[in-house]
Amino acid sequence: MMKRLRRLTAVLSLIAMTIMMTGCTDKIVVLNPKGEIGKHQLDLIIISSVLCLVVLVPVLILAFYIAWKYKHRPGKDTKYSPKWEHSTKLETIWWGIPIVVIAILGIITVKYTHMLEPSKPLKHEAKPLVIEVTSLDWKWLFQYPEQGIATVNYVEFPANVPIEFRLTSDAPMNSFWIPQLGGQIYTMSGMAMKLHLIADEPGSYMGSGANFSGKDFGKMQFTANATSQEEFDGWVQQIKGSSPALTTEGYLQLAEPGVSDLQSFSSIPEGLFQKIVTKYSSGHNHGSASEQADSKE
Amino acid sequence: MAHSSNRAVAAPSHGDGHGHEGHHDLEGMRMMGFWIFLITDCILFGSLFATYVVLSGNTAGGPTGAELFEMLGVIAETFILLTSSFTSGLAVLCMNKGDRKGLIVWLAITVLLGASFITLEITEFVNLVHEGAAISTSASWSAFFTLVGTHGLHVSVGLVWMIAIMIQLGRHGINSVTRRKVGIISLYWHFLDVVWIFVFTIVYMMGVM
Amino acid sequence: MWDNVKDFASDFFVTGDPLIYGADVAIVLTMVAIVSALTYFKKWTWLWKEWLTTVDHKKIGIMYVIAALLMLFRGGIDALLMRTQLAVPELEFLNPEHYNAIFTTHGVIMILFMAMPLMFGLFNLVIPLQIGARDVAYPFLNSLSFWLFFMGAMLFNLSFVIGGSPDTGWLAYPPLSEKAFSPGVGQDFYIWGIQISGIGSLMTGINFIVTILKMRTPGMKLMKMPMFTWSTLSSCLTIILAFPILTVTLALLFIDRYLGAHFFTLDGGGNPMMYINLIWMWGHPEVYIVVLPAFGIFSEVVATFSKKRLFGYKSMVFALMSISVASFFTWAHHFFTMGSGANVNAFFAVTTMIIAIPTGVKIFNWLFTMYRGRLSFPTPMLWMLGFIPCFVVGGMTGVLLSVAPADFQFHNSYFLIAHFHQVLIGGVAFGYFAGLYYWWPKVFGFKLNEKLGKWAFWLWNIGFYVCFMPQYFLGLMGMTRRLSTYGWDKGWYELNLISTIGGFLMGIGFLFQVWQILHSIKFMERDTTGDPWDGRTLEWSIPSPAPMYNFATLPRVSEKDDWWEEKQRIAQGGAPSPRPKLEPIHMPKNSGIPIIMSACFFVAGFGFIFDWLWMAIPGLVGVAACMLAHSFNYNTDYYIPVEEIKRTEAAAGRAI
Repeated sequence: MMKRLRRLTAVLSLIAMTIMMTGCTDKIVVLNPKGEIGKHQLDLIIISSVLCLVVLVPVLILAFYIAWKYKHRPGKDTKYSPKWEHSTKLETIWWGIPIVVIAILGIITVKYTHMLEPSKPLKHEAKPLVIEVTSLDWKWLFQYPEQGIATVNYVEFPANVPIEFRLTSDAPMNSFWIPQLGGQIYTMSGMAMKLHLIADEPGSYMGSGANFSGKDFGKMQFTANATSQEEFDGWVQQIKGSSPALTTEGYLQLAEPGVSDLQSFSSIPEGLFQKIVTKYSSGHNHGSASEQADSKE
Repeated sequence: MAHSSNRAVAAPSHGDGHGHEGHHDLEGMRMMGFWIFLITDCILFGSLFATYVVLSGNTAGGPTGAELFEMLGVIAETFILLTSSFTSGLAVLCMNKGDRKGLIVWLAITVLLGASFITLEITEFVNLVHEGAAISTSASWSAFFTLVGTHGLHVSVGLVWMIAIMIQLGRHGINSVTRRKVGIISLYWHFLDVVWIFVFTIVYMMGVM
Repeated sequence: MWDNVKDFASDFFVTGDPLIYGADVAIVLTMVAIVSALTYFKKWTWLWKEWLTTVDHKKIGIMYVIAALLMLFRGGIDALLMRTQLAVPELEFLNPEHYNAIFTTHGVIMILFMAMPLMFGLFNLVIPLQIGARDVAYPFLNSLSFWLFFMGAMLFNLSFVIGGSPDTGWLAYPPLSEKAFSPGVGQDFYIWGIQISGIGSLMTGINFIVTILKMRTPGMKLMKMPMFTWSTLSSCLTIILAFPILTVTLALLFIDRYLGAHFFTLDGGGNPMMYINLIWMWGHPEVYIVVLPAFGIFSEVVATFSKKRLFGYKSMVFALMSISVASFFTWAHHFFTMGSGANVNAFFAVTTMIIAIPTGVKIFNWLFTMYRGRLSFPTPMLWMLGFIPCFVVGGMTGVLLSVAPADFQFHNSYFLIAHFHQVLIGGVAFGYFAGLYYWWPKVFGFKLNEKLGKWAFWLWNIGFYVCFMPQYFLGLMGMTRRLSTYGWDKGWYELNLISTIGGFLMGIGFLFQVWQILHSIKFMERDTTGDPWDGRTLEWSIPSPAPMYNFATLPRVSEKDDWWEEKQRIAQGGAPSPRPKLEPIHMPKNSGIPIIMSACFFVAGFGFIFDWLWMAIPGLVGVAACMLAHSFNYNTDYYIPVEEIKRTEAAAGRAI
């Protein structure tokens, strides 16, 4: 009796915790998306959870019921069939149920995988804003090729405009993740990856480097600010007016291992991003640097 | 080497490994273990071949295999190794006839052929390094030296092993234990031959073509 | 001169951290204590003859288990240090470099130097007894496997005090693990520690495959084997297919670091992505390698304590085998975020989900083994019952992770951490604990104290949920793995604190287990029956602990769970099956070569780590010399005479 009570308290406290958690969902960023991609991904998380729970809940109930029902006590008279070891009907059922569930989930997954392929441009009337992202030891560099400006460890863009992130690395691999806008992608040297995201409303969103890249990897957090188009244009003008320029030497200095505060630059060297990508291209004879970069597109 | 058999009598005779239970054929079991080992070795070489195929184009602006491979030497190596596989087969035939002397002689010829293969391979490696293709030159050459070198290392280990078996044959003659050992080494030798055929095709032939 | 020595020493030894000085002192004191105790009690010869040179699978199994528990202790301390650092935001208990080293060693030790040896220990302790064999197929190789594992583990652990620990994560992704970004020797300790013990694992895989296929007692057809034997077979098949890939991958990384090659470097045309592919081609099967035997253990435990045949035997066998095959086709789910394209991601998402099917079937079969049974719940069965909910939930979050686009939001977050700890603790650790409690009386001849065991079980179980359930939510809150600290502003502190409390509860659970073992050694009664749980399989038909030759005469098997059926026959008034006449038993002799050869490997590895060829080359020569010495030794076996078998059996209370 005591044992069952203890088990019950454990289960109850778990459920209580879950409810408590869901009470403050805005902290749970993945469950509180602010962009189209993040919302689709949340849908998918919910669909797959429900499908799994369809199997999970009966199994858990069955497990505890059977353990309770058939626990042997003197004087208790439950059925005992020590030689019962096979039932084609039952086994077909429990091969069948998971197969059906996984088949459904598999079809949904394949559909969503194509729909949410990170390199696929979003369908939107606005022209996408291109931001070139480079992960360095241990900071993020964001370049705006169309605006000709750059920032370090924070990124600004207008809400309701699709953003085309092009990503590479000039250091060990990292991963670019803004949970409230949508899932992550690796930043790898020698390649230009693409990630398309959009913010549905203005706000300040947490971003991080999600893949371990050495000593101060923990300092690779950044803020992604989605603003109105006017605010964004004003911000670009302000950077252009007041910040220093990023030179090639300046970039080399920036790329040295170390942490960095927020920085901004009023101009960027011509073709810097492409140079960072080709620097590590695997140097095929037939100069496949661009090939490698292109093949990811 | 400590043998603490403090509470038992020694085995009545050397080499008759089969137990009294009748169904555990010790030497057969060892042969089976070696077959399984060969499976693992296949996967090892498979991984190295895959690595080579992925990286062989990445020469980082350095020399390519097509420019540097000396096919004449490679064809000689191939011929020698194939012949040594044949002679190791002849050794097994002698063993099956109970001809200890013939067995040792054919094994010795196999060792000599294997040693000349290794010599040629080392010469080839030295020449390559002189011509500016070392293991640190590019990913392509890293993969080349590692793959071909691993095969060469296998052959070298086989040589030492074969000499050890020849000595044992001299001491103990042909019995169930040495019979199994010769069987295993010749299996190993044929295996290395097959691997070399893949090296020859994938690395050299496809490299120069 | 003296300055040179001082310079060398400050590079060679890890210095500057009070934690490490403390550990140094503890290590030296422990070693002095062990050496003096052995000398004082004149136990050196005993140690050498009975343990260090033994080829007896039962003793090797015990040594594996002891080593694994020591490693569990170290890996657990690592875990608690990390949880302490994360308990409160902005804590400066560990600096980032120290933290990075600790999560790396925690991962490596728990998987490779704790789970693997514990698994091998259970194989050794149980498999020959379960299939009615006198030993494994290659007893010498078995001893060599153990010592290679042991020396590899020691080499890896040495980095704690000498040279510096590896700090690039348990799979050491390049380019971070390349010389350019990790110039220290820690990474080389990682490579050689794993490489040396990996050779041992590979040989154990071969050994047990042949043992199971060739050494079963007469009448035990494949489809009459106990389920743990099946699970061992499937695990070993996976080992021999997966471990060569690990060997190659680590060798290539070492060639990069040592000879300046360009397999995975950023420059020279290297391709770091290839390492990530290769290491997961081993790494994913590896987790199935450790979990499959746990499935086998649960199958034995649930049948025994339900007093009922295992339900769906054929389904179970098919499920085991299909899991071990499918495990080779899922590796890319560890990097859906690498941008390989929708088709690749979709393929690996679906293959991953498919593994859930046979796993789910096994759960149903266990439940229906209990259905209409006569259940009792001693500690092994408790772990079984704790396993089911834990593993089912962990499996479900695994399916969630396999949904590629959703994984973009889970990847590298604490959601992932919580998932794999749930399947590895809830599946593997709980399974091996169940196995240890279940077979303990067979190995040592007495049961473990049930009351303390129940305390340990509940502490582990409650501690587990308190520790890891909050981590799912931390992951959804955006907390990424391997962060050494975080700010107050993130809102992660409550859940992290709860999680740390849970971690310490599990730590207390472990202490209870240690207490339980010590207490039971002193106070528990000896089991004279050899069959304390009313077991079903052959290992329970012989005395506990098993005599050195295991079976005086080999049993003839006609059914699954033959020992149980035999007991039923006798209970119904039938006569016990006739025993064949005693004959001298053929046994392998002990050998010192395995330990010496492994020590040579250790020396060679150490030499390569520090680039000291004067040390590495003699080490390798020593390895070759040991191999030759073994090859030339024809005096490897002996016979136990019938008289001695009779004496041993009589002492164990068995009439022959």
